Amino acid sequence: MKDDIEKRLDKRPSEHPQRPALKEIPVREELLPRTVKTPDGQEIRIDPLQDYYCQAGPTVQTPAYTRIIEDLFNWARAESLWILGFGTGCGAIEMRPLMTPRFDAYRYGIQWRPTPRQANLFVISGYLSVKTLKRAIRSYEQMQNPKYVVGLGSCTINGGMYWDSYNTIKRLDDYLPVDLYITGCMPRPEALLQGFDDLKKLIRAGKAEGANQYAEHFEWYKANQKKVIKDWDMPDYSW
Amino acid sequence: MAEYPDRSQYPEHLPDGSCDIDLASGKYLKLWQGPNHPGITGNMSVELTVCGDEVVKGKTHVGYLHRGFEKLMERRTFIQCFPIVCRICVPEPDFNEYCYAAAVEELAGLEVPEKADWIRTLILEMGRINSYLMYLGGQAGAFGQGVIGQWTTYARDLMLDRFEELTGARIYHMFILPGGVRDDLPEGFNQRMEETLQEIESTLEDVRNTMFRNAVFKKRAVGLGKVDPALVYEYGITGPVARAAGVAKDVRSDQPYLVYRELDFEPVVAQDSDAYARADVRRRDLLLSVDLIRQVLSRMPRKGPVMATLPNVLHWKIPRGETYVRGECSRGEYGYYLVTDGSGYPRRVNVRGPSYTHAMTLLEKLIVNVNISDVAGLMVSLHTYPPEIER
Amino acid sequence: MMQSLYNRLKAPFDLGDFTEQRPDLAFVTVSREQLRPLLLHLRDLEGFTHLVLLTAVDWIEEGVFQLTYLLNDRANARDIGVRLKLPRDDTRMDSIHELWPTAATYQRELREMFGIDFPDSPRVNEDFILEGWNDVPPYRREFDTLEYTRETYPDRAGRETHDPAAYMKQQLYPDGKDNG
Repeated sequence: MKDDIEKRLDKRPSEHPQRPALKEIPVREELLPRTVKTPDGQEIRIDPLQDYYCQAGPTVQTPAYTRIIEDLFNWARAESLWILGFGTGCGAIEMRPLMTPRFDAYRYGIQWRPTPRQANLFVISGYLSVKTLKRAIRSYEQMQNPKYVVGLGSCTINGGMYWDSYNTIKRLDDYLPVDLYITGCMPRPEALLQGFDDLKKLIRAGKAEGANQYAEHFEWYKANQKKVIKDWDMPDYSW
Repeated sequence: MAEYPDRSQYPEHLPDGSCDIDLASGKYLKLWQGPNHPGITGNMSVELTVCGDEVVKGKTHVGYLHRGFEKLMERRTFIQCFPIVCRICVPEPDFNEYCYAAAVEELAGLEVPEKADWIRTLILEMGRINSYLMYLGGQAGAFGQGVIGQWTTYARDLMLDRFEELTGARIYHMFILPGGVRDDLPEGFNQRMEETLQEIESTLEDVRNTMFRNAVFKKRAVGLGKVDPALVYEYGITGPVARAAGVAKDVRSDQPYLVYRELDFEPVVAQDSDAYARADVRRRDLLLSVDLIRQVLSRMPRKGPVMATLPNVLHWKIPRGETYVRGECSRGEYGYYLVTDGSGYPRRVNVRGPSYTHAMTLLEKLIVNVNISDVAGLMVSLHTYPPEIER
Repeated sequence: MMQSLYNRLKAPFDLGDFTEQRPDLAFVTVSREQLRPLLLHLRDLEGFTHLVLLTAVDWIEEGVFQLTYLLNDRANARDIGVRLKLPRDDTRMDSIHELWPTAATYQRELREMFGIDFPDSPRVNEDFILEGWNDVPPYRREFDTLEYTRETYPDRAGRETHDPAAYMKQQLYPDGKDNG
């Protein structure tokens, strides 16, 4: 799948004819720039869609200056994968048994964290509807480098059972950079553990470069996302 | 000189009891208890308007899991629909399969063999136990007791082993087809099932001592989300939420389907309809399901066909008609409204999930004057599950 | 059981066809003006207190939408489905949210998915399931979901078909020449 994406990255995303929209979706009123009166009486000008803290996009993270230090860092990253606890689809139900002693992902250093700030692995568990894709992108962008994405189930690979549904996406790696896919519908907890083991091998070999790929081809990913999310009302990159 | 508003005032109330929310006054804050949140069952969000620590208004947002099932089913033949139908509800997929199969059988005039009905009842009760176990873990977890979730998920895994032995898969079984079930029970199933049931009963005993007799759980759950019995009819409340309010609404006893006429049981009812009573109703209902499985296994006919002969499924045309089939799932009344038009494809399949009425109008009504930290507990006590709202 | 109910109600409410699907389930057709009086009568006097669902069926060949109001009488264990036909080009209907508050949610869904308007229903124009949808209401039969998917979500290469007819054609005529 890696070679597949290299070929596609050169193409313009809007290659096939765009379906003409029946109506334009206006930005919501509370997101337009305007002047407001604060509770203590001041009048200030606000722009809700502008991120005041940082307007820059993501940057590529270079490896450490010696190979041995980078290997040490990769070993540390692989042995402490903290998963963002955002159950985006069906597959979330087979992640719960992993937290129990029978399948036990904790012995591999894998934990579930509720906030993206403390997570470095995002498991997209199944299909993504367009509404959830918007939130998944936001959560992914708020995670800190280095971060990885695992696509769970056949819906992330080619649409799965909902291949002709108007609301689910078909190729996850058009919108987010995926490091590993776990096939199944749905995969057993043992398959998930095997998948995490494969991901760890990828990370140790230095090949899990999803976050850097997102930074390098940022415009391509954004153009794909804006094509399906028709009411784009977010800043381009959310920290 | 800037004038600060007097934040010691409580929210102003209009004559009809609702709150006068002026967002520019600085007294109210809008919080999204959004899809990425451990306190939400499934993937939906609640937009809360809070004043201090108290919620004054809530708005439910669903649609994060919409796949357009009803539209997809119009493009698939009757036999192609059944693998997709079980994915509508994740913790308890068998009700979808049963209701769809029963609706198709009724319109097509198929006669289901008797043993298949018994096996279907067995599967539905097993699914109900799984769903209740997951609910108990979630309810305790919403109030801070994480260990109950570990125990019940382990017990659920034992039941999923039985499912795997019987149907071949852990979560999506695809075992109940129009015409019967796919296969008979394997050898020695009764004995392994009895072991699993005993394990589940002992887990339930531990859960009862740790959760239901725990002072913190009682303090937080008693009095939370009281449902007036008069609301049960207006708001279309079904299932344990209605039974905990004193209304003995159980489809298995009101309009028996499958073999429930031949089993003896009484619907489990409680009187004070708060979160504690609902959790207790579900726990007792779980024990009732264990008892029903034992009855089914002992009374099931030993031999018999399990599948009726279907016509050629690639060219199966069902005459024009419409029907509604319902079942009692662990959350309430689950129903399928099927309309056929004489071609090989269904004209319309509408899935009526119990969370449709619980999560939208009832939750927005009950969430007023609840603490922010209790919102998760309230939502789990209504046992709402978003995929059946937006399918 | 349902037949006697129908015979009693037929004259006062001017009911149309009656289909008895099962001994405890029947469907009747009613006209638009008589819907609300019939629902009030069924709810208050006959005991059908539970609104099970409100949904629509698109009969595009006949040019109508069929709205179905399904009511349940728990005390006597019977269901009745009240059918109503709306013309497809004039889809506005009165709301019944005063009878059952949950009807407001069903009406929101119908507005979004079918385009059937319920002007007095509370919050009926808010987005319910879809976000940022600017196309034909999706459950209408003129909306082709496969075509929409092909245009919006590109496929991954290498997807094969296992259609038996295509497979046999390839087996029998490997050169691609189909002589009959």
